[in-house]
Amino acid sequence: MTTEVSTDKVEETIYDGLVELGTERSALSREATLESLDIDSLDLVELAQIVEDEFGVELRGDDVKDVRTVGEVIELVVAKAG
Amino acid sequence: MPPDPAPQNQEERGCALVTGASRGIGAATALELARRGWPVRVNFREDEEGAREVVARIEAEGGAAEACRGDVASVEDVRELVEPGEHGPVLVLVNNAGLRLDGLSPQLDDAQWERVLDVNLSGSFRTIRQALPPMLRARFGRIVNVASIVGTKANAGQANYAASKAGAIGLTKTVAVEVARRGVTVNAVAPGLIETVLTEGLDGKLAEAIPVRRVGQPEEVAACIAFLASEEASYVTGTTLTVDGGLSA
Repeated sequence: MTTEVSTDKVEETIYDGLVELGTERSALSREATLESLDIDSLDLVELAQIVEDEFGVELRGDDVKDVRTVGEVIELVVAKAG
Repeated sequence: MPPDPAPQNQEERGCALVTGASRGIGAATALELARRGWPVRVNFREDEEGAREVVARIEAEGGAAEACRGDVASVEDVRELVEPGEHGPVLVLVNNAGLRLDGLSPQLDDAQWERVLDVNLSGSFRTIRQALPPMLRARFGRIVNVASIVGTKANAGQANYAASKAGAIGLTKTVAVEVARRGVTVNAVAPGLIETVLTEGLDGKLAEAIPVRRVGQPEEVAACIAFLASEEASYVTGTTLTVDGGLSA
């Protein structure tokens, strides 16, 4: 199931996904690094699955290997969906 | 941390996929998993009749199953095989599809080498890659790869088969440690001489070399696979369970 992709919607989905993976919502911001949120490589695999389920966008290993911040994840998804 | 609670109704959580399940070890495994409450996708590549018989046997015992055509050498087929369906995502994956194209190494051509690696080893990788994300999300998954004692013990004439099965053991160990912290286990079984079409034509005298003095039955391997696929096996991962009547002891 895919939905229309807006930056706000992607941000909401990524934030919800990160909370589901154990991050405190209060710690979330676009500037926050994945490392500071304790998001590891396996968490990113799960986040990619959430994004794929929601937006039909596939994120592969090469896509996310250089991503550092939450904002970069959001930008990546928006760019791939566009 | 306590183990995941045992599912009361597996069919509400997901299903099992057994590749190459139209006969032999795959068929016996599909039957055993169904008896343990899993709706089962009975995969076949060519033998639709065999797969339908397995489905009929499962249904006759009160279980749920469907025959699913698909070649594990095809990325597209694997995608369809693993796609979540009416019984939810695949939470138990048994990679059993395999073939033999034997010959002494100097006489094995590239096609024989590549076909065996492509089905036996790469096929397992393709299904694992596709099945893992939903398992990670579910915080539960069981993957069992059907290797062979030939993966650890030489058998002349099977360089391609041995390489594929040794590869399956390495694949098992590596994926196991990658996903262990999400409640997903990955193990292998290494059958010895089992009475299936793959062992037809092998020297009958081989049985004399087996400590139990007989070839194994598919059901004896299926029981081990079903254990590794069970909730009870939650602390077993990255291992290979040898099922060979003592042959490699």
